[in-house]
Amino acid sequence: MERLLNFVYTYRAFFTFLLLELFCIWLVVKNNQYQSAAYFNTSNAFFARIHTTSQNIRDYFALTSINALLAQENNQLRKKVERQNQALHFSPTKANTDSALINQYDFISARVINNSTKYYKNFITIDRGENSGIKPGMAVISANNVVGKVKSVSPHYAVLISILNLDEQVSCLIKRTGHFGTVQWDGTNPQLTNLKYIPRHVKPVVGDSIVTSEYNAIFPRGIFVGKIKEIELKEESLFYDIKVELGLDFSKLSFVEVIKNNLKKERDSLETKTIGEPK
Amino acid sequence: MNRSILIQFFSFFVYILVQVVLFKNLVLFNTGFCFFYIAFILLLPIETNSLVLMLLGFTMGFFIDIFYNSLGLHAFTLVLIGYIRNYWLAVITPQGGYDAGASPSMAEHGLQWFLVYTVPLVFLHHLTLFLVESAGFSLFWYSMLKTIGSLLFTLTILVVLQYLSPRRRRI
Repeated sequence: MERLLNFVYTYRAFFTFLLLELFCIWLVVKNNQYQSAAYFNTSNAFFARIHTTSQNIRDYFALTSINALLAQENNQLRKKVERQNQALHFSPTKANTDSALINQYDFISARVINNSTKYYKNFITIDRGENSGIKPGMAVISANNVVGKVKSVSPHYAVLISILNLDEQVSCLIKRTGHFGTVQWDGTNPQLTNLKYIPRHVKPVVGDSIVTSEYNAIFPRGIFVGKIKEIELKEESLFYDIKVELGLDFSKLSFVEVIKNNLKKERDSLETKTIGEPK
Repeated sequence: MNRSILIQFFSFFVYILVQVVLFKNLVLFNTGFCFFYIAFILLLPIETNSLVLMLLGFTMGFFIDIFYNSLGLHAFTLVLIGYIRNYWLAVITPQGGYDAGASPSMAEHGLQWFLVYTVPLVFLHHLTLFLVESAGFSLFWYSMLKTIGSLLFTLTILVVLQYLSPRRRRI
């Protein structure tokens, strides 16, 4: 026994090293789980405040481009409202009158205070949290472009998994043909992402729009992801390799909207009742 | 002795603050990152116990991780560097050994020795960092590119800071 203790004592540096490294690996693995409860990240009020100050300074230099983006978004929205008004005017019978469906989605606007696009696993911190009704799992968009999902929340801040993250997958479809696949980033270029699992018989074309599908219950249908840039079909593979050019420049992200789906509970409980617990 | 501990204590927080407020926003060509906080572990006095080095590395890495939303990642790599540092210092001992209370800085040992000391450690730190982050070897060559880019960036900052810091040549 004494010899054993002596042995441990002689190599104490090595054993401490092993212990600390194992602990770190455990932290890494635990942090990678989707929607894990995380206390030690930038949603923590103290650390978020430092980021807010730093972002305030950075925002100052980006004011012109932020203004241009917002004006452009306003313009698009106004056009959309006008188009919808016209459509309603001519076909009032088709108008949706179920108020639960009309008010299915609430939007919570928030400011980005911390953002990265250059790592393999990118996260975004925003300045709204639980007190504004944000919960883990909600979808986040910016000017009708997909941004990501909420990963963890604190009373005043929330951390989002950006779609520029190796772990993030979004169910999407090719708008023109209606075939669906999964969008997942490959970790290299922050302007490009990949569309996976589009089977051989589909004929995608360069320039096709990729939008979110309704299968994921998080994003509303038809949120824009990007346009197809490159299509490759290898001789032996079952699926296409499709590169998608993102519609949003993530490095310039300053304002986002969190989408609250008011009917999510109803849909989830119906699906759980009939299909069983999701894996 | 007490005064130098106090200085190290403050510099610990200064390194973290400068890293997360300044260098976190500086990325060159999508591949060059500056993980300048590693200098804290590298520049501690030569006689520092490796247990102390690892514990300090862990604490600092943990704080950095909070800001980078990457719990465990920077802590892992800094503990590794803290463990290896003293072995590497023993390997590259100059003729006649180190002076008592010396620090592994450029002012005391010259640019050439300083590069021999820092290049392998910084390279190892960046490589493990990117490999652990991508969780495997699937992005190995891209990680290598990032590692080399970051190595050049971080080293430039380290050497420039060494030139800027006050020279206290011991006789």
